[in-house]
Amino acid sequence: MTAPSRTTPSARTGNGRWPAWVATAALLAAWEAGSRAGLLSQLFLPAPSLVLSTLMDSFRDGEMGAHLGATLLRWAPGLAFGAVPGLLLGLAMGSLPRLRRAADPLVSAVHPLPKIALLPLVMIMFGIGEASRIIIVGIAVFFPMLLNTMAGVMQVSPLYLEVAENYGARLLTRFTRVVLPASLPMILTGLRLAANVALLLTITVEIVMAETGLGALVWLSWEVLRTELLYATLVVISVLGLAINGGLKLLTRSLVPWQPHLAEA
Amino acid sequence: MITEAVGVACEEVGHVYDGTGGALAALDGVTFRARPAEFVCIVGPSGCGKSTLLRLIAGLLRPTAGSILFQGGTSGATPRNALVFQEHGVFPWMTVLDNVAFGLEMQGVSRTDRLERAHAFIERVGLATFEGRYPHELSVGMRQRVGIARAFVADVPILLMDEPFGSLDAQTKWVLQEELLRIWREDRKLVLFVTHDIEEAVRLGDRVLVMTGRPGSIREVLDIPFARPRDRDRDADASLAYTKRIWDLLEDEVRTGLLVTG
Repeated sequence: MTAPSRTTPSARTGNGRWPAWVATAALLAAWEAGSRAGLLSQLFLPAPSLVLSTLMDSFRDGEMGAHLGATLLRWAPGLAFGAVPGLLLGLAMGSLPRLRRAADPLVSAVHPLPKIALLPLVMIMFGIGEASRIIIVGIAVFFPMLLNTMAGVMQVSPLYLEVAENYGARLLTRFTRVVLPASLPMILTGLRLAANVALLLTITVEIVMAETGLGALVWLSWEVLRTELLYATLVVISVLGLAINGGLKLLTRSLVPWQPHLAEA
Repeated sequence: MITEAVGVACEEVGHVYDGTGGALAALDGVTFRARPAEFVCIVGPSGCGKSTLLRLIAGLLRPTAGSILFQGGTSGATPRNALVFQEHGVFPWMTVLDNVAFGLEMQGVSRTDRLERAHAFIERVGLATFEGRYPHELSVGMRQRVGIARAFVADVPILLMDEPFGSLDAQTKWVLQEELLRIWREDRKLVLFVTHDIEEAVRLGDRVLVMTGRPGSIREVLDIPFARPRDRDRDADASLAYTKRIWDLLEDEVRTGLLVTG
């Protein structure tokens, strides 16, 4: 009985998307036709079919896979390295006003700094190598995670804490049964921001100082003027970003079933 | 399960909040007694400290003057009690079943036992088919049923209700008032029920405490002699007289309060 009511809305959104598909297909077709007719410069706008075949070739010969792997091996450790301390300090600063007041000026001072500007400093401290790349990603990730977690804890309604206390919940129980679940939506929003910042910084660092990774490949493609490889790499980065966001949406939906709209945002 | 009957006696209770903007006297010289299993309603102008009074009795705040004594139960300590707020007090991240079982969980009741007792009560308030749902999937009235079920299931001798029906529409409110009275008849405990709604106070309470404006104290205590179970039609005319009388006591302060705060 629930099946029809479940399929109807998704079918409706599916139908609602067809103008976007048509527009995209039309654009690609025009681009392809323009390229083949010699109206578009192959240097700026290589034909989509060429980009596609370059993409497939680059995966077949293992080049793209190796760069993708290198990027993921910086993205994931960097995310973990920044998000875990950000989460823990965010929980602490959200719960303890004194700690918040003490640490807030420092956080506010460093947060607006574009983190890539810290790269030379990090390289001086940790050398020109993998550690520095991961550390700079971690630093960038730390702040959105910290600030979102802190805000999440601070916006927990005191009413819920009062209810829990009234029913006899001790401090630790109030934390695990009220503060954590109540701030989880904001924490997951922070994690999504952090994951995207991590990708941004990984690619940036690879452009600046790396021989491997999708960012390095972007730069390499430019240096040898292989525009079709540049486009192919951008496609991979874009799909990677979509996959990361899709995965985090799924995670959000399963962890926060009581806020169904959160995952759609 | 039989709950130990507990009464409460407030003697010259006062409470002063130490805020950043200076001290604020919320209550001053509140004295009243409530018998075990009695239904006492508290009305008063906005900001008269009604909610503060409930939090003091709940043990969430300490009085800065006077004393609160409990008869029966464990002497000295605040006996177990349950606060019921507007429906916002229901945890959005827990299912209906887990919400209702929360009080028992905090008391250390085993999982099977508490889920069984919660389930039985959920059936009593007509929410059996919604047991696995989250509060956002329920109407406001249903959510408040969850809050009331959670408080009754916790099986405490004192129920402290802070404008529980304040955000309900008039019809839902009538239905929930009936339900609350029915459950209370079957499961008697001392209820202190704070409300803005004078008619509601007259309809539910054995007695109505009328409070003064801030700092709040007890202005008058009215006995509401209608037989139980209450009957809305039968009591209609007499209720009106009580409602009028309470309004006469409050009107001046409510009007002044509007001028000051509004």
